[in-house]
Amino acid sequence: MTNQTTSLPLNKPRFPGFSRWWRHLTAYVFVLPYLLVMLAFGLGPGLYALLLSFADFSSGLPSYFAAGFSNYLAVFKDFRFSFTFVNIGEFLVISVPLGIAMVVILAILLQMRPGPLTTALRTLYFVSGAVTGPVLVLVAIFMLDPSISPFQALLHGMGFQLTNDVIYAGSLPVIFTLVGFFSGAGLWIAIQYGALEAIPTEVLEAATIDGANAWQQALLIKFPLIRPYIIYQFILIFAGNVQLFVEPQILGGGNNLGVGANVPAVWSPNQLAYNFAFEMGNFGAASALSLILLAIGLGAAYLIIHWTGFFNIEN
Amino acid sequence: MSKMNVQYPDSHPALLQGWRNFWKKTANDTGILGFGLRWAVLLLFAAYFLVPLLWLVLATSKSAPQLLELKPLAFGSFQRIQEAWQRIIEYQDGEVLLWILNSVRYAIWALVLSLVASIPAGYILAVARFPGRRLLLWLTLITMLLPPSALVLPMFMELNLFHLINTQWAVILPSAFFPFGTYLTYIYYASSLPPELLDAARVDGCSEAQLFWHIALPLATPVLGLLAFINFTTNWNNFFGPYVLLNDDRLFNLPVGIQQFVAATSALRPGFNPSPGIMVGYQQAEAALFGLIMVVPVAIVFLFAQRYVIGGAFTGSVKG
Repeated sequence: MTNQTTSLPLNKPRFPGFSRWWRHLTAYVFVLPYLLVMLAFGLGPGLYALLLSFADFSSGLPSYFAAGFSNYLAVFKDFRFSFTFVNIGEFLVISVPLGIAMVVILAILLQMRPGPLTTALRTLYFVSGAVTGPVLVLVAIFMLDPSISPFQALLHGMGFQLTNDVIYAGSLPVIFTLVGFFSGAGLWIAIQYGALEAIPTEVLEAATIDGANAWQQALLIKFPLIRPYIIYQFILIFAGNVQLFVEPQILGGGNNLGVGANVPAVWSPNQLAYNFAFEMGNFGAASALSLILLAIGLGAAYLIIHWTGFFNIEN
Repeated sequence: MSKMNVQYPDSHPALLQGWRNFWKKTANDTGILGFGLRWAVLLLFAAYFLVPLLWLVLATSKSAPQLLELKPLAFGSFQRIQEAWQRIIEYQDGEVLLWILNSVRYAIWALVLSLVASIPAGYILAVARFPGRRLLLWLTLITMLLPPSALVLPMFMELNLFHLINTQWAVILPSAFFPFGTYLTYIYYASSLPPELLDAARVDGCSEAQLFWHIALPLATPVLGLLAFINFTTNWNNFFGPYVLLNDDRLFNLPVGIQQFVAATSALRPGFNPSPGIMVGYQQAEAALFGLIMVVPVAIVFLFAQRYVIGGAFTGSVKG
């Protein structure tokens, strides 16, 4: 046995040091393109933002390290700071738990007893994901216009007559939740559906023999088993929703669309960062605010990963 | 004779048996109440997802007055669709065609560059051990959580240093960074490529490049399909990047183009007094048709890609 393996010349390198060096070099060649784009478009801009957040822009050009913490102070002191963070907080509190709960419920209901009709429904939910960005906002404006909306009976019933009755600063958290669910839920339903499909049949058969009905199986077996995917969804949805920009930017005041008269031009923190940079020319404050948003997303992800022992990347 | 033709359910043995089986299964499994509840929820959400899509398609066939007068889900006329198409094509001397081409070009460049960068990296992270490997994995995880919009402002400053603002490369190059692709490829190979297979090929004299090209890559079709889908749709819909990094409207992609079209014309509010500088004569049908131009190609991709999402390529990516 041992004789056989040692007789293979390839397993016995003549220059062990050279061979290891050569293997490492090969590995670096494979990761080099990725490393370059990561440095250029991931880590690089992140670190540059850190540098800019301490730079002074009062002369128009950055003087690095001149600002100290004044950019961060400028952000905190801005009269829109607390307004935008309260807005995004309301949006997160509504959209994240509701979105995740509905996605999981729909995935479980679909997968409970699969058939041609549930496949068709799942495809319908999924294809709505093709509507995103500006087109999604466009569709939302049409759906929320009581004069032309297919949901006009509902809107009239709630006492709305004009689009501007429906779309105002206070209603945006609910509107963005509905709109985001329309576009984003299908993909997550499909992912959770895939996770449910991956549950070994022996587990479910054993539960059936033990007398668990379909509802008990869903609640007591399927739900705990797809928990990692739910955490995964939470992390990505939270990090994404904190950064909300496109929807309030297009829907907001001063957009010439004839809607959004009751919506302030700066509603979300990311819009405030954009406003600092491109309206006020204060790139330092814009970078500071971007980093605060980044820290919130990372912080939430870290807490969740820490609490749940999730992301065990080294097997 | 006529009596013979009347078939009550309970007089037809096969039908009766089927009916009994159906209720037996339903009642045993979900209960009759549960059965009703399940379908009520599923169909309610079907309406939630279907009605706006249907409305968008039908809106292209209606004039502004018809939108107000006809039922919301009624059809107008084919002639109106053709008119809307004509108006869109004529908008700013056919700029929409340019935007379609730009969108296709940006998305394909991004797809090729990001897969070339991320697939070999994910593969080697899974099969080789080398200094810096763990660091690279952790950086991938961290950057994966950063939505691109957070980096757009510093990216603007960085691209400005290299005079790339307002060129197509300002959109294409940043999209080459696709940490999710590297991460998913890594997980896929780490969990489903047996090291013995690679060792055997090495004994047969395969070089590392040949191993990757002839053995690892053909095995990764499901994960490649999933990554291509996610990458293509993300870049096709990319709004924030081009919105900030481009100001020449001939370089716009469809998302930014649509935003500009809707903001510059009367398309959303045809009946109202326009603000100065707004182009009049455009109606909702044009806006709806414009939206469909952007949505339909992605919807087709979605139809084909669903099996990759459900197929379990994600299954390896999360460990409980």
